[in-house]
Amino acid sequence: MNENGTVVVARELTRRYGEGETAVDALRGVSVDVNKGKLTAVMGPSGSGKSTLMHILAGLDKPTSGSVTIEGTEITNLKDAELTKLRRDHIGFVFQFFNLLPMLTAEENIRLPLSIAGEKPDKEQFARLIDSVGLTDRLHHRPAELSGGQQQRVAIARALVSQPDVVFADEPTGNLDSKTGSEILELLRQSVAEMGQTIVMVTHEARAAAIADRVLYLADGQIVRELSGASQSEIGEAMEEIAAR
Amino acid sequence: MISFTLKGLLTRKLRTALTAVAIILGVATVSGTFVLTDSIDKAFDSIFSNVYQNTDATITPKSPFDTGDGSGTTEASFDESLLPKVKALPDVKAAIGGVASDSTQFIKDGKAIAYGGAPNLGFSVDPTQPQFNSLSLVLGAWPGNDEVVVDKSTADKEDFTVGQTIGVQAEGPVVPMKISGIVKFGSVSSIGGATLAGFDLRTAQRLFGKEGKLDQIRVAAKSGVSPATLIDQIRTILPPHTEVRTGTAQAREDAKDTDAFISFLRYFLLAFGLIALFVGAFVIVNSLSITIAQRTRELATLRTLGASRRQVRLSVVLEAVVMGVLASIVGLFLGLGLAKGLFSLFDAVGFTLPNNGILLETRTVIVSLLLGIVVTLIASFFPALRATRVPPIAAVREGAELPPGRFHRFRTPFAAVLTALGFGLLVLGLFSHGTSTVLILLILGTLLVFIGVAMLSAPFIPALSGILGWPATKIGGAAGSLARDNARRNPQRTASTAAALMIGLALVTLVATLAAGITASFRGAVNDIFTADFAITAQNNYSPIPISVGETAGKAPGVTAVGSVRTGDSLVFGSREFTTAVTPGAKDVMAIDWTQGSQDVMANLGADGAFVDKNFASDHNLKLGSQVPLTFVTGKTKTFTVKGIFDPPTGGSPFGPVTISAATWDAENPQPKDLYTFVKIAGGENDANRAAIEKSLNGYPNAKVQTRQEFIDNQISGLNSILNILYVLLALSVIVSLFGIVNTLVLTVFERTREIGMLRAIGLTRRQTRRMIRHESVITALIGAFVGIVLGLILAGILIAKVDFLVFSFPTTQLIVFTIAAIIVGILAAIFPARRAAKLNPLEALHYE
Repeated sequence: MNENGTVVVARELTRRYGEGETAVDALRGVSVDVNKGKLTAVMGPSGSGKSTLMHILAGLDKPTSGSVTIEGTEITNLKDAELTKLRRDHIGFVFQFFNLLPMLTAEENIRLPLSIAGEKPDKEQFARLIDSVGLTDRLHHRPAELSGGQQQRVAIARALVSQPDVVFADEPTGNLDSKTGSEILELLRQSVAEMGQTIVMVTHEARAAAIADRVLYLADGQIVRELSGASQSEIGEAMEEIAAR
Repeated sequence: MISFTLKGLLTRKLRTALTAVAIILGVATVSGTFVLTDSIDKAFDSIFSNVYQNTDATITPKSPFDTGDGSGTTEASFDESLLPKVKALPDVKAAIGGVASDSTQFIKDGKAIAYGGAPNLGFSVDPTQPQFNSLSLVLGAWPGNDEVVVDKSTADKEDFTVGQTIGVQAEGPVVPMKISGIVKFGSVSSIGGATLAGFDLRTAQRLFGKEGKLDQIRVAAKSGVSPATLIDQIRTILPPHTEVRTGTAQAREDAKDTDAFISFLRYFLLAFGLIALFVGAFVIVNSLSITIAQRTRELATLRTLGASRRQVRLSVVLEAVVMGVLASIVGLFLGLGLAKGLFSLFDAVGFTLPNNGILLETRTVIVSLLLGIVVTLIASFFPALRATRVPPIAAVREGAELPPGRFHRFRTPFAAVLTALGFGLLVLGLFSHGTSTVLILLILGTLLVFIGVAMLSAPFIPALSGILGWPATKIGGAAGSLARDNARRNPQRTASTAAALMIGLALVTLVATLAAGITASFRGAVNDIFTADFAITAQNNYSPIPISVGETAGKAPGVTAVGSVRTGDSLVFGSREFTTAVTPGAKDVMAIDWTQGSQDVMANLGADGAFVDKNFASDHNLKLGSQVPLTFVTGKTKTFTVKGIFDPPTGGSPFGPVTISAATWDAENPQPKDLYTFVKIAGGENDANRAAIEKSLNGYPNAKVQTRQEFIDNQISGLNSILNILYVLLALSVIVSLFGIVNTLVLTVFERTREIGMLRAIGLTRRQTRRMIRHESVITALIGAFVGIVLGLILAGILIAKVDFLVFSFPTTQLIVFTIAAIIVGILAAIFPARRAAKLNPLEALHYE
């Protein structure tokens, strides 16, 4: 861990798609520090580059220039094998569409990262994790037998099971109704508050960003604003303001 | 990861099953072939060992070369005075002498009884020495003078009863004989289509024209005497031109011909199994590729969770291997049923094989399983590699497509190179020597061409779909147009699906074109040579017949010329060659293209003249006046002088490389036989003349009188039987590709669920949906047929250009049939996927993720 308590450090990230006249610059010089044990939200109108930023921070995509460091490891130039190891042991993902494997039960889905690594979970820890996401009596159901909210809980548990350094959540409430969405946000907040988990979340909903410790606003590929400890309405207003520009 | 793989397999049961069918059918053919040939082998084995089970030594005539069955050359029998000398030997307990014939026919109602090409065996039986008797009496009594016993199988088929009088014919005229009993050959229940006639020794000798002679003496040694000792003793009294062997060695000797046949049959059928497996490999590659493309999000998620490329690759391979193992096991057992089916198939074409029970050897199990698993493994290799290229980021993107791989740009040039290489190997193979080299090069070349063309056809799909799909737009309305566009949408996928059918159709086209070529050139050859009015051959068109047939026909009223062609083997320049001989009359009924000499040569051969064909002459540096040494089956060698050289027509030569005069041939060959006789008759070819010749041949029910056209058709009919077998066997590959099309359609319907839902929501009826899928299927099948037929014609063209006796003849009728068959395949393949597509509920389908 860095002395400053940052888990992810990004410097001067640019991302250009295409070449010459038809080139699109999704990111134009973004630098970010993600603090340990905090929930950082990234917001912005569509086309702002927020998803691109997260993909790059998470190592799913490579920047055109700039660097990303996760827990001291420079990931921008890592080879695939090393990146894979990083994803296995240090990074967790929560997707908008849950991305559960339909043929596995909830329990098997949660354990999957460990199975891939060839490890078995510590029984107590596992039980606690299941309990904290409220899935104890759903463990043997397949995704098709679970509601949207339950599926996302499974996904969150899966992301947390290997106790990663950072969890990247891509619009985690995007596919849920507002009540269920709130429950999920509550769960994410809980994991930060009680387990000290670091989370980076991309969202376009002010309600979701409201649970964050810090909200970064992106527009046209650059960070244009930052808010800390703001209320939902403040966050929403700032969003509208930026979108109107 | 393993449980993930296995569970994945279980979820995709239908898809896995459809893909597995490809392997099941291929493995079934392989295992079926082994089971069939092993069973026939065992049946023949028991037949042969049965015959010699109590025999310690056998004495037979010795010939300078092996005479095959039905070659027209019979070994010279030896004098029967040898038998008492053998019996007198100190270590001999018992000995029996016998004669045999491979052309002894039962004649019922003026017709000779024969089943396909199976032999009509006749031999002498001696019930007083049962240890040497391989027949057992089922009904009635052993034969006395001028009586015969019939094998049970023939008796059942022809309703023969004990006491009935039937005709029997071997070398001479038909002899009426009373059936004294019905026999069975040892414990064997079936001897294929062979007929068996048993007589007492004197009757047999008379019938076979071997009075005072024997073909074989079987000896049993006194107890305690080894066969080796016995043999040494016998050797001391052996007259020239005879030899002695142990009973076991004799059984092996007798089995040689059938062994060769079984071996040929085995490789022949295996080839089709391998073709089916090859097509199966295409189906697997295609299905797996589509499945992986559809599982992009799933595979990408795995990668985000930290699964390495290797783990993903292994998962795909494992899934394929599990399927391969299960499919191979099912195929192995299906093969047993297939063997039974093959027995029936061959029976239907007149080729009854002996069947004594189905045999499943360990080797069959191992080879079948291994083949199925290895083919699956290899086929899964490329889709597995594609799976590893799924980037983790595909987990977040919707409808992500696989990135085109690093070598994508090189795909078409690579395919072109592969195809060119394949054709190159083909041409190289045609110019090589040595059967194995030629075969390997031809096979390898063809494989590469198939793979290359399959890859190469993708860029042409849009154009092909446009043309071949045009009828669909006309008769299918909106659904038809949609279908055409769908086929164009993913050219690589359409190409891969069509490729499986392409292979089957290329092969049937190749076969049909070659057959048409053979037929056409044969027709041309006969039309050139045949100057007579009628031809006489055996009923089955190819067995040699006694020369008295030709001699008798020549005496029919109105006959102005008659020529016969003797047939058999001899040693020429030390190697065994098919040898022919002509009667002088041949010069008036057969017109040969002479490069040296003229028609008169045929009448003036004399005692030591011969004519040779052009190729043989150039191979041995022969010209007019050169000397040619011939060794006959009796062991006697004579030198002949070349008096003529002829150019055989492309379609085939009526003569062997060397032809001498019939008179000389008859002097050196016991029981000479003719292959055909040609007759010119006053008034030419008309019904009255035909009746006249047939009447003169009343005593020869096995002889068949034909006009030139009938002669051509009859000679070709054998080819047609073989062709039909080939088509049935190739149909197997077509069935495999049918399942490939079903598989692809099911997968694409699944993939296009949302799209189909949208179409239904905006008004496409269920029937139109079904029609759309059906047209898509037919278009794909037609593309496969088109490419396959063109490829087949090209392959045939290459072969024909090189091989002399083939001409290029366009098999129009067959091609039309094949195209219709392809359309039917398309329609059948669409039934199940079309129903699935039509059953989709628009609302659910639209919400489908």
